[in-house]
Amino acid sequence: MANTSNAGQGDFPIPITVEFTGGLELLFGNERKHKVVLPARLEDGSKPNISYLLKYLVDNLMKDQRIDMFIMEDNVRPGILVLINDADWELEGEETYELQQGDNIVFVSTLHGG
Amino acid sequence: MAPTACFNCKEARAVIIRPKNRHKLCRACFISIFETEVHETIIGTNLFFPGERVAIGASGGKDSTVLAAVLKTLNERYNYGLDLCLLSIDEGIRGYRDDSLETVKRNAVQYEMPLDILGYSELYGWTMDQVVEQVGKKGNCTYCGVFRRQALDRGAARLGIKHVVTGHNADDVAETVMMNLLRGDLPRLSRGTSIVTSSDASDIKRSKPLKYAYEKEIVLYAHHRQLDYFTTECIYSPEAFRGSARTLIKDLEKIRPSSILDIVKSGEDMAALVPVEVRGAGKSKQSAEEESAGGCGSQNGRTSGGEMAAMEEQLAQNDEAESLETEIKLPNGSRVKPNRGPTGKAVKAQTIKHCERCNYISSQRICKACTLLDGLNRNRPKTAIEVGVGMEDEESSSTLMRQMERAQLSAT
Repeated sequence: MANTSNAGQGDFPIPITVEFTGGLELLFGNERKHKVVLPARLEDGSKPNISYLLKYLVDNLMKDQRIDMFIMEDNVRPGILVLINDADWELEGEETYELQQGDNIVFVSTLHGG
Repeated sequence: MAPTACFNCKEARAVIIRPKNRHKLCRACFISIFETEVHETIIGTNLFFPGERVAIGASGGKDSTVLAAVLKTLNERYNYGLDLCLLSIDEGIRGYRDDSLETVKRNAVQYEMPLDILGYSELYGWTMDQVVEQVGKKGNCTYCGVFRRQALDRGAARLGIKHVVTGHNADDVAETVMMNLLRGDLPRLSRGTSIVTSSDASDIKRSKPLKYAYEKEIVLYAHHRQLDYFTTECIYSPEAFRGSARTLIKDLEKIRPSSILDIVKSGEDMAALVPVEVRGAGKSKQSAEEESAGGCGSQNGRTSGGEMAAMEEQLAQNDEAESLETEIKLPNGSRVKPNRGPTGKAVKAQTIKHCERCNYISSQRICKACTLLDGLNRNRPKTAIEVGVGMEDEESSSTLMRQMERAQLSAT
């Protein structure tokens, strides 16, 4: 994956959109849409992937103390769906997916009631 | 990663993996297959008859919104000839239900269906805000669940409608199967899986057309059709799903996605094995009562999580015991002691009566809702004196206090 970004744009920051729906927005200041800019390279030289994004979101964007409502065992809590550009993240390599400029990442909770 | 082609049309980009069979589908094929499967469930169970008036229990949440959208689509596509309407219950929880009712009102316009809203205050003289004021946050879900069950039936009766459909999905049914299995509650196990719940004594039929639909697919269907739904946590029972059977179901799905439907199917198979005399025990529409709390995250929310831990322990002991007694599983079920209810007391075959107060179907002289109301009403004057402010202020100030309490808790 991510073979287009090896050359050229490799060292530019990566702007992406992150959306929280299905009740998850309650954990993020009741805001559904967030613009996030990720570094092109991490300290170890790797590119930011979904795992990194999760940690980034908890550290920078989450307004609620209840981290386990979003993260469990360093991954997305079962019952929360992740869509990468509208596709189920299972089709994209789940937490190992490397983020591309302009990506739209949606987290949807199925756990909340109506 | 190169885009994967849709398993069905082989052309468009696959965007979803179906939990039940791992098929990768594009948006259009997924929507069409999801709808077709609900149609097959409806046809296969003879759920409706032409010209039937059907009320959709609508909360504004994902399940009931998807149910309304799919039923409207199928009704038009396959000419069911149904007369559909939306029926909403207003529990009277400020800051929670009033927002979701706005969603239902929009849905009514979007789906061109008449909408009827029935409030707890109108039915029982108490809003949930007032109930919580009285009984506190602990145990208030019991009131809400009992009240809601009756409310849907009463709302339907008021509209002269004899069939209420609810948005219960496969995850809900699997959860119910799990809980009833762990409790050893055979009567409810046998009833909980059935698509139609009705009682001989009631002329209102309840059904769940989405009982084979994964919650995941319901959410994705809503997402890909961009349906307008509302999600929130009930302010009186936030995190109702924590530590519940729901968590277990979701963990199982993560490991093996087909488990949810497997549990539903196993539940149905086990239900068929429940002896007839046990099946009828306590038949007072209690299965409807059981599932009625589905709208607030988890039916087990009222037990605040501890139940699963206790059950796990019990289950471990049962496992041990079971390994010793596999050989004595008699077809008559002497091992399971079918006559015992979850409390260990013998279950008497209950007769259906009508509540002396409100005339609602009840196995007791006075129905559960009226019993709860008795308790509430007895204490009402005291509270009024203590508080001594208008109802409006009382509600808003208590909500504010709760919010402040929570803010303080989370700040420390």
